[in-house]
Amino acid sequence: MTHGFLTKNPSVLIFLGLLALFTLTVTLLSNAYGVEVISTSMVKTLGKTLCLCLIALAMDLVWGYMGILSLGHFAFFGLGGYMIGMWLMVARTREIVLASATGLPMTPQELNDAIATQIFGVVGTSQMPAIWAFAGSLPAQLALVVLVPGLLALGFGWLAFRSRVTGVYLSILTQAMTLALALYLYQNDSGLRGNNGLSGLQNIPGLDWAGQDRLSVWFLWASALALGLGYLACAFTVSGKFGSVMRAIRDDEARVRFLGYPVEGYKLFVFTLTALIAAIAGALYYPQAGIINPAEIAPIASIYLAVWVAIGGRGRLWGAVIGAAFVSMVSTWFTGGRAPDLNLAIYTVKWVDWWQVLLGLSFVSVTLFAPKGLSGLVDLLAGLRPPQRRGAPLGPDDGALMEQEARQ
Amino acid sequence: MRSLLLAFATSLALALPAAAQDAAPPVPVATVQTGLAAVIAQNAGAIAKPSRQTIAPVIAALGQAGAGAPDFLQAWADKKLGARKSDGAIFRVTKSADGYALADPATGADLGTAAKAEIAEIKPNAGVRGLIASALIQFQLSDPDPKTRLAALTALARDGAAEHLAPLAASIETEADPAIKAQKERLLGLLTIRFGATPEARVAAIEGFGADLGLDFRAALNPILATSRKVFNEAPSGNVALTLTPGKPGFSEAEAYDLLVTEGLAPKRLSSADLRAALESHIENNAVGGVPVTELADPGKREAAYAALEAAGKVPAGATDAEVSAAVAQTRFADIYAEPDPTVTDAAKAALDAVSLKVSAMQGADLTLDALSLASIYFLAAIGLAITFGVMRVINMAHGEFITMGAYTGYVVQQFISDYTISILVALPLAFAVTFAAGVAMERLVIRHLARRPLETLLATFGISIALQQLFKNIFGTQARPLTAPEWLDGAWVLNDIVSISYIRIAIFALALTFLGLFLVVMKRTRLGLEVRAVTQNPSMAASMGINPDRINMLTFGLGSGIAGIAGVAIGLFAKVTSELGADYIVQSFMTVVVGGVGNIWGTLAGASLVGGLQKGIEALNPSNTLAAQTYMILFIIIFIQFRPRGIIALKGRAAGD
Amino acid sequence: MTELLEVSGISVSFDGFRAINNLSFSIGPAELRAVIGPNGAGKTTFMDIVTGKTRPDEGRVLWGERSIDLLKLDEAQIARQGVGRKFQRPTVFEDQTVAENLMMALKAHRSPWRVLVWKPKAADHARVEALAVQVGLGEALARKSGELSHGQKQWLEIGMLLAQEPRLLLVDEPAAGMTLAEREQTTALLVELAKTHAVVVVEHDMEFVRRLNCKVTVLHEGSVLAEGSLDHVTANQQVIEVYLGR
Repeated sequence: MTHGFLTKNPSVLIFLGLLALFTLTVTLLSNAYGVEVISTSMVKTLGKTLCLCLIALAMDLVWGYMGILSLGHFAFFGLGGYMIGMWLMVARTREIVLASATGLPMTPQELNDAIATQIFGVVGTSQMPAIWAFAGSLPAQLALVVLVPGLLALGFGWLAFRSRVTGVYLSILTQAMTLALALYLYQNDSGLRGNNGLSGLQNIPGLDWAGQDRLSVWFLWASALALGLGYLACAFTVSGKFGSVMRAIRDDEARVRFLGYPVEGYKLFVFTLTALIAAIAGALYYPQAGIINPAEIAPIASIYLAVWVAIGGRGRLWGAVIGAAFVSMVSTWFTGGRAPDLNLAIYTVKWVDWWQVLLGLSFVSVTLFAPKGLSGLVDLLAGLRPPQRRGAPLGPDDGALMEQEARQ
Repeated sequence: MRSLLLAFATSLALALPAAAQDAAPPVPVATVQTGLAAVIAQNAGAIAKPSRQTIAPVIAALGQAGAGAPDFLQAWADKKLGARKSDGAIFRVTKSADGYALADPATGADLGTAAKAEIAEIKPNAGVRGLIASALIQFQLSDPDPKTRLAALTALARDGAAEHLAPLAASIETEADPAIKAQKERLLGLLTIRFGATPEARVAAIEGFGADLGLDFRAALNPILATSRKVFNEAPSGNVALTLTPGKPGFSEAEAYDLLVTEGLAPKRLSSADLRAALESHIENNAVGGVPVTELADPGKREAAYAALEAAGKVPAGATDAEVSAAVAQTRFADIYAEPDPTVTDAAKAALDAVSLKVSAMQGADLTLDALSLASIYFLAAIGLAITFGVMRVINMAHGEFITMGAYTGYVVQQFISDYTISILVALPLAFAVTFAAGVAMERLVIRHLARRPLETLLATFGISIALQQLFKNIFGTQARPLTAPEWLDGAWVLNDIVSISYIRIAIFALALTFLGLFLVVMKRTRLGLEVRAVTQNPSMAASMGINPDRINMLTFGLGSGIAGIAGVAIGLFAKVTSELGADYIVQSFMTVVVGGVGNIWGTLAGASLVGGLQKGIEALNPSNTLAAQTYMILFIIIFIQFRPRGIIALKGRAAGD
Repeated sequence: MTELLEVSGISVSFDGFRAINNLSFSIGPAELRAVIGPNGAGKTTFMDIVTGKTRPDEGRVLWGERSIDLLKLDEAQIARQGVGRKFQRPTVFEDQTVAENLMMALKAHRSPWRVLVWKPKAADHARVEALAVQVGLGEALARKSGELSHGQKQWLEIGMLLAQEPRLLLVDEPAAGMTLAEREQTTALLVELAKTHAVVVVEHDMEFVRRLNCKVTVLHEGSVLAEGSLDHVTANQQVIEVYLGR
């Protein structure tokens, strides 16, 4: 079965091959396992980018294929991060507390109190909130990584799809959901440290001996693996009849209903599935980022996700991946202050200040002139499509960027 | 400090008589003194060496001595009196270069000078000065200058005392100014509540206020109802507010025992930290009381180790749970009023209950005003969005930035026009013009080309939104810019101590009403309105009737954006003008449109009222946390959409079809 | 009972306008019926009600041997009960190939899980091909349906309707945009289908209806004006007034 699936979708093999090549290259250039060309922080950035590619895949599935413009998928991403972050913080704090303990060995109660004091001192309490009940157990918290976002997506999706909210209404509603979650987490008494968020997540309990150099590469591998599996899962979903139905729902959901398909069920299925993918991506992302706070969940993040997918080219899985990788890397480059200033005669353009403007405007032009995004450019290069009559909006520079993209 | 003062006073008291005896006092001057002068002369000794305990009758006598008394008392309090060492005679003294200028104590007439050594300054201590000040009050209360009278009243309201009752009551009758008279009567009531001679008088005073909303009335009642938690061996005595039973909600056994401990009636319970410390200080050979240290992670083992130490007499006995229960069971607990008279506390309680009922009602009214003002803000912010969404089915994500643009327009105008009133009057139409132009440009350049692709329009307008937001940051910086309201909008309309609303919010309410009216007129009475309604209901039909939908779209988009600009000026008057100003309101505006329903101004109004009312309502239930209020509000809206997916006021029938 | 679909006493109004007014209608399990009526007579709304798109304000819609109440089901459930609908404007999924369109319509399990793991078997491919040939699209299987001509889309939609294997077919103006030869082909197909299925055809074209040679129901202002053979109803004075009187 898999054989038939792969031969029918050669792009999957190409993608997996490129991903493996990329991972291998980075490993061989890393500090830990190679010639020390790529710094550890760069490895982390690349690993995080892979996670962003994974959530972009999820977004493409739900938006590009299903037509649901969700402005809330970063809520699931963030929740996944929070869930794994809870375990990381508790386990890490336990190590610290035990290491610094003197005198009598601690009772379980004392140990709990000490951990709680350490973690929640910043929000002025020393009580372990009830939602941290399972934070001491890795398997339980890993289960929560998928359970909590999954149930949220299921509950929200059930309510929203059941009442047949569609189009921009649905987008606004998903945005509201994210905002509600973010606002809730901003409170100190939400039990997740308010706007301090969870921090120190880059220290993996029990793996101190490995050091950040090696950990970063391991996480890169894990992220690449997750991306590869996610790509396979998504490709499997969108191929075949299920994919047909998804695209049909996107184009004319009423007609699909008259064919006898429970449209709401499909939407709920895909919405929840993508929420799970997003949550897993988040659970891999935040240990590399080291810190998570409610700002990560703010609606704007989810809208950026839509921007990535749109720029990459929605309706194609690899388009979403390219978009996420390209925009987030370029964004890092511009906002990191590494881009050289543009010296116009009367005004010096500092990219840190102007990148956002550039992004916004290029996003508008992509929407207007290149609905297929960067992936349309690939089509163009491959000669799959006649040039658009409206003119090619993306200049030669973008071609160069594509090469940069291909190198990754 | 106090002991120092006391020592000083004592030494003074010892020294002065000695000096007086040394120089034999001359017989007082032959002239017969009357009135104040007589009283001063009779009490010269007491005045020179006043003591808190004994001086009261003297002050009273002085106070009734007639003309000049206030000035004399004032001078006394201001430490401007002196006693001649030779005969103890009292003078008003003013320090001069080489001694004192003397003046008659009663009349203030000049009496020449005296050498420094001849005069002992009279320095009454703080307690005495307080008594003098009290005595002075009665004069100030009937002072011809109303300012002085008011100042006296303020001082009395701050720290009135029992002795002020009589002078205050006496001064009311002669009071000419009705406002001050009312104030005096109110203050008399308040003082009577606290210091009235008989319980009957106090109860009458309390009842005289009815359900008055004044904070001062509640401040007078509250100390009467203050309670303290007391421990009794038999039935509780005193004015009992509440008998407490340990273990019942609100009073746990632990609390009861803690009370016993604070009263010194029971030994402290052994806390786990104490237990740990005690055990740690008795580690011998890696064991405590025979229990190996490594096993002491178990709480049970710790108890056992402590028991072993206790048995060995090495640590004091800690109260066990059984002992705690027994101790608590033996004792009665009650909340006792500080005020001993039950009739007074009952009356106070009844009055306070009545007041709180009225206060809740007033708070409800205040909340309604708040909600109304928030709703009008949301209405202003959302109306443009609703227009464009209704007519074109386009969600403009850059709407928030248009609001910001309006606010910045107001700021820029104020840079050029310094008169705030004129600048606001200029800014409102200018903001409309600027955002109208921006909206039209955006419609022509972007939205028109994305017709019938609502999701892509949403994203494209979002692209514009992030570009604009960053642009604002680049131009105006990240710090907040002032947009100052004209002076006549400062302040608030205060109904009573609870209900008040700022003039800015009233103005915004008026602005929202104006726009509602304006919109209705445009829609129902003009050709443009007719065409807009036609395009809203059926674009293709409208087009076939000769209406140019492109033109209508452009105009409605401009109109929607223009109103956003005006909303921006209004919001900027009370919020910080930053590049994120609009973004703060955008989600609420979306909610308003979604909840209200599309294509109907009344729907937007209903949506704004619901969203605003809901937010204020939830905030009132959970006052500490506006974040939680917003969370719950959004949750409510998500649920609400379940029941009315098309909003409160929805188009029905085929026109509403997808 | 002998009827497959029984609609009794349904009414629906939009903003005060009564689109359907106390309408009753029934059709047997193997019967061909033409529904005619002037514009605004409620033909499309009637179909909307049967397929679950519109909820009537009152009345009953019963289905099948077990008299299932269709008003309690949603569109997809009604479709799964065996009610197929062909729309007036051809609505096929233009972004997908003819084969994909047909495969989607093919009678099979509809739940997400089943569809996700569903693999087309040889028989399914054969059925799709046979259907395509039947509707004259045998050569166009791999083409995107958006590239088809209007008439071909009509045929594709009919093919999809057949693929669903419904018991009741609601066909809205099947002949629109077809050539004369195609019309005859359509007529033949519908007559053939009606031997084993219930078929309701909504049509304006009297010539087409005449060729169907079946019982005719005339709708006017949301209710049944007349019912019987075409000759019978065209002789009805009221029907003449409705059609010619304005």
